Amino acid sequence: MRFSFEQKRYRQGANTQMEFITESHYYRVMPFLLEGLVWTLLITFVGLIIGFALGAVFGLARLSKNKIIYGIATVYVEVVRGTPILAQILFIYFGLSDLTGLNIDKITASIIAIAINAGAYIAEIVRGAVYSIDKGQNEAGRSVGLTRGQTMRYIIWPQAFRRMIPPLGNQFVISLKDTSLFSVIAVGELLYMGQQYYGITFAAFEALTMVCIMYLIITVPTAVYLRRVERRLDV
Amino acid sequence: MISVRDLHKSFGSTEVLKGINAEVKEKEVVCVIGPSGSGKSTFLRCLNMLEEITAGDVLIEGDNLTDPKVNINDIRSRVGMVFQHFNLFPHMTVLDNITLGPMKVKKMKKKDAEAVARPLLEKVGLSDKADVYPESLSGGQKQRVAIARSLAMEPKIMLFDEPTSALDPELVGDVLAVMKELAKEGMTMVVVTHEMGFAREVGDRVLFMDEGIIMEEDTPQNIFSNPQNPRTQEFLSKVL
Ligand SMILES: Nc1ncnc2c1ncn2[C@@H]1O[C@H](COP(=O)(O)OP(=O)(O)OP(=O)(O)O)[C@@H](O)[C@H]1O
Ligand SMILES: [Mg+2]
Repeated sequence: MRFSFEQKRYRQGANTQMEFITESHYYRVMPFLLEGLVWTLLITFVGLIIGFALGAVFGLARLSKNKIIYGIATVYVEVVRGTPILAQILFIYFGLSDLTGLNIDKITASIIAIAINAGAYIAEIVRGAVYSIDKGQNEAGRSVGLTRGQTMRYIIWPQAFRRMIPPLGNQFVISLKDTSLFSVIAVGELLYMGQQYYGITFAAFEALTMVCIMYLIITVPTAVYLRRVERRLDV
Repeated sequence: MISVRDLHKSFGSTEVLKGINAEVKEKEVVCVIGPSGSGKSTFLRCLNMLEEITAGDVLIEGDNLTDPKVNINDIRSRVGMVFQHFNLFPHMTVLDNITLGPMKVKKMKKKDAEAVARPLLEKVGLSDKADVYPESLSGGQKQRVAIARSLAMEPKIMLFDEPTSALDPELVGDVLAVMKELAKEGMTMVVVTHEMGFAREVGDRVLFMDEGIIMEEDTPQNIFSNPQNPRTQEFLSKVL
């Protein structure tokens, strides 16, 4: 165990109100959870940045007229969406190191898992958003002489991207929560750190309450913000 | 300028264009009329390859669109197209709508592209709208911006697909005025339209399309006052 508990933690009786708070498990668990939160956010953000790149590539590939490109993208999307993320993380962490003999570290495996998993869902977000842009936009771009790539880059993508923001935010919330599953490979993310705390102190109620509050501190404002964005995009 | 030879177009198993032959000379204004579903839009869209040609040839200034070696983007930049629903880029200001083509296709500097765009905006009577977004314009204003956007590429030919039929009646006049002005300046134009007044006044020639072929073709005077084909007579009796 790389964090040590001070003896003081187990001292009986708190005689001032301040001590009552600082001695409570709700307070004592926080350093652990903050460390866990850092990892949770790191895995989520880095994973989603890579996931967005994957999603953009595979999402556009899903709109391709080329059967092979379309086929590859479709297989990726369906395989990932058709299997549980828990299986995916175990596959990446244990399965791949078994196969290749490489030792992938836990954080890297977690980031890869989020990237690949979210990438498939984001591919569908991208595909839907691009597909929803009026065909006339493409025709107008092409008829002034823009190439397909230019039309995508200057006309279709900027409009589609605005429509992606709400579902991407939603995917952020989903992926953030998904990182909790990586506790199975002992990644020091938020939930795992909470578990570590009550594993030693038996204060499961307090620890898990604080774990949930930490998730909510991120997810609720995100949801509120997204609803505002969505309303603005509607008009 | 435009030469269409035995043009066929099918969507899946339905043949929409069944062998079209047409010539459009430089500076000519050709109006295309005909009942809904007769293939007017499809014909027009084949002229700049927005629809893939199933069979036959379309030559634009001597370049055959069906030639696999032809640079389609280059041809499109010489052929302007104005759509029924304007298709302005909603995420760009009016000025940016117009300068995008010159900047990206002709690699003009922003300053030079704007020097092209501003006089065009003036020409369509919208100098004061350069910096607004399309959503704040009326339909007639949008269509005039769309015309300016096409003109910014300095096309040799302009195609119009029912440019006024999505407009409130009181806004039609401004758009038609801009088109008349263009015709007077000698632009080669192909105009699909329900505005028989415009066809009569501005058109050099009128093509009547029905069931995927050109049923009759003549000067506006002849076709409106003395149509030969019974289908033309029937159509005109309904719309005039
Ligand atoms: N992309 C497409 N796929 C399948 N059928 C199509 C497609 N585009 C047009 N058609 C069909 O081709 C026929 C001709 O359509 P087109 O739009 O050219 O007619 P139009 O003369 O322009 O009619 P309107 O006056 O209503 O605009 C119609 O029956 C239409 O349903
Ligand atoms: Mg039409």
